[in-house]
Formats: sequence, C-alpha cells, structure tokens
Amino acid sequence: MPESRPSRTRPGQERYVARLEDTPLHDVGALDTTAPPESQWKEAWKQLRKNPLFIIAAVLLTFLAVVIAFPGLFTSNDPTFCQTGKSLAVAEPGHPLGFDRQGCDVYSRVVYGARASVAVGVLTTIVVAALGLVTGAFAGFYGSWIDPIISRIADIFYAIPLLLAAIVLLSALNNVWPDRGFWGSVLAIVGALALFGWPQITRIARGAVIETKQQEFVDAARALGATPRRNLVRHVVPNSLAPVIVTATVSLGIFIVAEATLSFLGLGLPASIVSWGNDISAAQNQVRAGQRLGTMFWPAGALALTVFSFILLGDAVRDALDPKAKKR
Amino acid sequence: MSRDLDPNQPLLEVKDLHVGFASDKKTIVPAVIGANLSVYPGQTVAIVGESGSGKSTTAHAIIDLLPGTGRVTGGEILFEGRDIARAKKSDIIALRGSSIGLVPQDPMSNLNPLWRVGTQIKESLEANGVAKGKAADARVVELLEEAGLPDAARRANQYPHEFSGGMRQRALIAMGLAARPKLLIADEPTSALDVTVQKQILDHLDRLTDELGFAVLLITHDLGLAAERADHLVVMYRGQVVESGPALEILQDPQHPYSQRLVSSAPSLASQRLTSQKARAEVREQAVQTAAEIAAAGEEIGDGRSTIIEAKDLTKVFKIRGGRPGQSTDFTAVDQVSFRLDRGTTTAIVGESGSGKSTVARMVLGLLDATSGSVEFDGVDITTLTSKKQQLALRRQMQPVFQNPYASLDPMYSIYRSIEEPLRLHGIGSSKERETKIRDLLDKVSLPASVMTRYPNELSGGQRQRVAIARALALEPEVVICDEAVSALDVLVQAQILTLLNELQSELGLSYLFITHDLAVVRQIADNVLVMQDGKVVEQSSVDAVFENPREDYTRMLLDAIPGGSIPLGAVGSGDQS
Repeated sequence: MPESRPSRTRPGQERYVARLEDTPLHDVGALDTTAPPESQWKEAWKQLRKNPLFIIAAVLLTFLAVVIAFPGLFTSNDPTFCQTGKSLAVAEPGHPLGFDRQGCDVYSRVVYGARASVAVGVLTTIVVAALGLVTGAFAGFYGSWIDPIISRIADIFYAIPLLLAAIVLLSALNNVWPDRGFWGSVLAIVGALALFGWPQITRIARGAVIETKQQEFVDAARALGATPRRNLVRHVVPNSLAPVIVTATVSLGIFIVAEATLSFLGLGLPASIVSWGNDISAAQNQVRAGQRLGTMFWPAGALALTVFSFILLGDAVRDALDPKAKKR
Repeated sequence: MSRDLDPNQPLLEVKDLHVGFASDKKTIVPAVIGANLSVYPGQTVAIVGESGSGKSTTAHAIIDLLPGTGRVTGGEILFEGRDIARAKKSDIIALRGSSIGLVPQDPMSNLNPLWRVGTQIKESLEANGVAKGKAADARVVELLEEAGLPDAARRANQYPHEFSGGMRQRALIAMGLAARPKLLIADEPTSALDVTVQKQILDHLDRLTDELGFAVLLITHDLGLAAERADHLVVMYRGQVVESGPALEILQDPQHPYSQRLVSSAPSLASQRLTSQKARAEVREQAVQTAAEIAAAGEEIGDGRSTIIEAKDLTKVFKIRGGRPGQSTDFTAVDQVSFRLDRGTTTAIVGESGSGKSTVARMVLGLLDATSGSVEFDGVDITTLTSKKQQLALRRQMQPVFQNPYASLDPMYSIYRSIEEPLRLHGIGSSKERETKIRDLLDKVSLPASVMTRYPNELSGGQRQRVAIARALALEPEVVICDEAVSALDVLVQAQILTLLNELQSELGLSYLFITHDLAVVRQIADNVLVMQDGKVVEQSSVDAVFENPREDYTRMLLDAIPGGSIPLGAVGSGDQS
C-alpha cells in the first residue's frame, strides 16, 4: 500500500521531466497518409517480389511457359520425325543431345514434351482446387450434418493411394476408350488424378473456413443483414484462400510427377504423344544396358527442374501468405 | 550468494539505453531512445506507457530476451554495478532466474501445455542449481503455496489446462521467484486477467515483496495500477522517457504534456460521466420525440415508445458435450436476465469473463437464439419478426460495434467497401449517394476522407474502431450495441472513442447497450448499469447509485478492484486532448 513505502528520493530517482522539444507530442491516432494504400494481396506481392526463392522460380517458370507456347523458337526439328538409322546416335550439329532408340531428336522431344506434362499438372490443380474449395467451404461453413458427410467422403477418398487408384481407373478406361488423342488422354489423367486428389484441398479449405467464420467481421456482416451465402462468398472464402493457394501450388509439382509415373507405366499418355513420362519410359532399356544415359537424363532432368520450380514457388507463396507471419 | 545488498546502491541502473530493430540490412528502427532508470533493492519501479512506447522492449533488453532482430545499440545496463548489456551470453544466462526473474505477460501461452506445472517450476530450480530431485519437489510445493495457490501439493501435479488464468499467473510468479532473484521483472503480469483476480495477485505480490525483499520492475499500461503499486514511476512515450519520479507526485502533478494526457484520460482515476446530467436529459427528450415522429410515418418496426429495448427473463442454456456421444450436460450461461434500455440513454452490462454479458448482447442482436425469455425492440418481440423484410428492418435499427478492432473489419475490404457494405445490403442510394454518405460518416467519426482507399491493416486500433463505428452508423440505427468496444485500446485512444460515442449519442439521439468488464469505463459512458455474475444479474441500478452506494458485496468487490481508485488526485492541468 502506498503509505507504507519509504518516501525519500534516492540518487538517480529525482523528478525528471523531458523537455518538450526533445519529446514532441503526436496526435493520438494520427493517420499516416504518405504511403499509397495497400491491400493484403498487394503487400503479399511486395514480399514475394523480394524473395529470392520466388525470383528463381519465376525465371524458371517463365522460361517454361515460353517453351510451351513457342517450342519452335528453341528447335526446328520435328520431335516425331525419327530415323531408325540414327538410333542412339551421339550429338551432331542441329541435334545437341543426340538421338534416342527410335532415332528421334532428344532435344526437340524434351522441348515438345513440356506441353503435355504441364497441361496435366495445371489442369489437375485447377480442378482439384475448385472441387476442394467448394466442398471444404460447404463443410466448414455450414457444419451441422453437411460437414460430417463431406468430411467422411473426403476421408474415404483420401485413404485410397492416389497413384494406385489412378492406375486402376486408367487401365479400366483403356478397355472402353482406347483411342483418346492428345486432349482426350490429358483429360483422362486429369480426371483420374482429380477424383482422388481433392480431399487434401477439402481438408485445408475446411479448416481455413472454420477459422475465418469465427472472426468478428463475419458476425459484423451478419448483424448488418448479410445472408449466410453472401457471407460465405464475400467474406469467408476470400479470407480462406491463402492456405488453399499454397497447397495447390506445391501439389502442382506432385501431379506432374504423377503424370510422368502413369506414362512410364504405359497408362498415361499414349506413346504417340510426346511427353517426358513416355520418353523416360522408353529410355529405361538403355539405362539397363548402360548405353546413352542421356536419353533418360534429359527428359528426367527437365521434369525434375519443373517440379522443383513449382515447389519453390509454393514455398515462396507460403512465406508471403502465411497468416502467422502476417503483420497485424 | 550474499543477500545483503546495500540499500543505497542501485540494484539495476539503465543509462542512456538505445534499442533498435533491424528492419532490413541497412536500416535500424529505434524502439528505445536514451532511456534512463534505476531500481534500488526492495523497491517497486513501474514503467508506464501505451503500446509501442518501448516499455516492454526496455524490460526485455535488461534480461537479453529481445525478440527477433532487436538489439541494444547503445548505453549501459548495470546490474549490481556490472554492465550486462555487453556481458557474455553465458553470464547473462547465469543471471536469468537466479538474479533476475521474469513474470511474462500472457499466462495462457507461457506454460508448456505438455508438462505438469510442478515439473516446470522444478526445471527452473534445477537450472539455477537451487535444489535437485526430492528436495526440489518439496520446494516446488512451498513455492506454489507462497504464490498463494491453495492445495499446492495436488496442484503441482496438474497440467496448465486444469488451471484458471489467475492460477497460471500464480504459477508463473512462483517460477519467477523460484531461485530467489533480487529483481523480478513483471511484464503486464495481470492485463489478461479479470480485475478482481488482478487485485488478488498484485496484493499477494506486494506481500511477497515485503517478506522476501526483492525489487520489482513492473511494466504496465495502466497508470492507476502503476501509481498504486510502485514507489517510482517512469513514463515512456515513443521510445523515450518523458517523465520519471515518485509515483504519487507524478500522478498528482504531472509536468510533461504526455503524462498530463495520460492522467486526464485514465478511466480508473475518479472520472465522471463525460456529459452533464442536463445535456443528457435534453438528448433523451429529443430522441423520444424524434422516435414518435418516425413511428408515425410507419416505416420502421415499433411504435416509438420511450423504452427501446426490453429484455424479459432472457435465458441461454448451452449443451456441453459429455464423455460419450449423445451425452451432454446443460450449462446456463445466462439466467433470467431482464433489463430495459431507454431511448437516448446508455445501459451498461458489467461482469467478469464468463459472466454471460456477451451472450446477452448476442441474443439482443439476434445472432444467438434465446433458450427462453424475450427481447422486445420498441414494443415488438424480435422472435416474431420472421419475414426477411422485417429482419432486415430490425438490423437497420440495431447495430453492433465489436471488441476487437483488428478482427471486426474484413482485412480484404477497403475502408470504403467496409462502410458501403451495409448500404449495399439494404439497397440504399445510388453509388454516388453512397459515396457522399460514406464521406459524411467518416467525417462524423473524425477520420479524413483519404482513409477510404486504405485497408484495415494500415490503420491503428483506434482508427479501425472509428471505421467500425462509422459502419454501424451507416444505416442510421437507433440502438448501437458495443461489445467491449474500447477494451482492446490504449487509454488515450479509449478516451477518444468514449468521447466520440458520447458526442454521437447527443448528436444522433442514439441508445447504447454497452458491454464491458471495466467498471471505470461505465462511469464515463453509462446512465444505468447491470452487474452480472455467473449468468445472473446481481445488481441493477443507475450508475451513480451503484458507484456511491453499492448494495451487493460482489459489486463492492468489483469497485475495490479498480486500480488506482483510492488515490487522491491533485489538480490536474488541462491535459490537451487532440
């Protein structure tokens, strides 16, 4: 209690008042209007731009995009023009990486193979993210009986190994629809991967939505007269996107690998389509025989580099969007 | 280790301390600029300041626990005459716990949830070489008893989740004192606790200080609390010490304009309703008259009577899930609560956490269905308003302002969109008219129109709360329900927002239902008050009656717990409120 304390002043504890000139007073709650306004996405973008991981990933992926859009810029050879006479021949002018067993140009096959692999990866990710976001948002937001139903279905699909399920599905499909062409084959793989890939996003979206819907701004919108649906679409989902985007970016790489695996097993894209998976598959005999390892190395290397870029991108996006690292 | 300290030699001396945080490789953002302070053996010294004033940073610099990129960039920290700012890491680790103890701010996150409480205290005993094995176990129980925890032997074997907030804070105090330090740094030790628990803990800490003779460096944002508990005050503002000296002297005769501001806006220090009786009577009359006119026009719900909200026997029972599926127990969060809110007045609901006050607010707002009882808005039972149109009309007339200004605005919405949302939802005006309206609203809450293009993350807590108030007022409601609307704000900002709410009330004839845990704030804003405890109303009366003549023990206990309430104030200079 105050009265029982000694009241004499000790050295160094005399009354001190700072001069007002040295400690100027500021208005309470003054607003700094010098900086331009910034939304969260803008701020995330600013952080992303400074991240070296993102710069590396962006350079690699931009290069990849150019390769896919204009393969003609990089090679004038036709990847399907093969001369049996050149089987396993070494590099020569115009064919810097040599020839594979069929006598096709390895370099142009690597360039043209990017399209199928990336198409499968990107399309699967879009479908999976859309499916997962919708199911996850419904489960998380409406709760009651909807949540357990969606969550249990998701768990069942989650429990089935992605590749195994795709193998079974695609081999069954080969019997009923053998000649699918390029886009038919791509869509078949996308469908098979998406059918078993969505639960991961569902779980993440559901968690994010549950966290967001408990925030006060959702209550505030309700009190303003917003319907639950408006609340879900306008407030809850936009604020739950960050973790979904992060997971989707990382899983893009995984889907590309899955396509290559399926093609390797002969269940993905038909051999007539140029793809990294098919080339890796075709090269396995050379590896076994120890001849011309480059036929395996180049498509596999391109695949690894692509997946690596997407995973880097995912990490960089996570750094920028992670709610825990976000400033208040 | 000798405990005989020369009482005339400072135990801790901080000289011209500079602390900075490196924001990137080149720039260092200063957090503490030239701070001086000293603590003598057995003395309690308090550092007071708002968030961002550098008070916690100073404390953390002393025990070398600066977060992230922070480091001491200049000055000296002398502990028993030895400069510890430049000491070796191992020396400081040896000092921590044994010579300088710390009681951290948040009792919820500072105990490891996987370890028994006793084990965690034992760890600090063993780490400082005080005791080992069986002896340490016995000492743990003694320490917990000393910290005022009943049944200490059993409690030592429990896990943190089995403790209440107050008990955890006691455990942390026991831990901080385990190795009998000469100095205890208490960083906002009670700001996460209810006022009555805060009082118990601080009283207990006072007793321990007297018995054991250690010095305390208390970090707090509450000037009243600091003045009541400390001998010597250090007021910090934006990283600088603006004033220091004997506690009572500063409180009664603050010299620096910032200290004057602090003293004049601290709600705990004997404050009055911000507007006069007479002015309020006029507001009320005006509000009743306007309501009657509007009701005659027939566009809104109700008949414009003088009592705008009447709650009758409101009860809310939550089902708590039991051990087995399908099994549940009932928990009555709100038990037969009745009250009236008259037009143009403020009714406050006061209570500690768990008293059910926020549940009442949510039921009145219609965000939660009552188990039984009714809420009448202007004579109409809100549960009978089933059509969409009627519900929207009710929403228009009754608006909430929530506690946490960081959470109540959608971070993805610009300020313009946030305030526009209610107008859009209710289809009010063309986009041009809406913009005029938003400018007008921002002006009402004293924010510049340039704030429209900004996002919540760029605004301070007080600014966000102004935006939330502007949004609540967009639909020209008759009732605003403030759920702890100022509790998360610094005192100066809190005073500003309370003044704003008072002004808006007289300007617009608003009626407020004001939910708060802080009785001191009630006196500044409310006309009538409901004191709630465990879901029940224990006392209900006019504010003056409750403050001057509390009838219930519980109310008296709450009043006593207001920190600094007992300190006589001197003539306070006209603190400028900008």
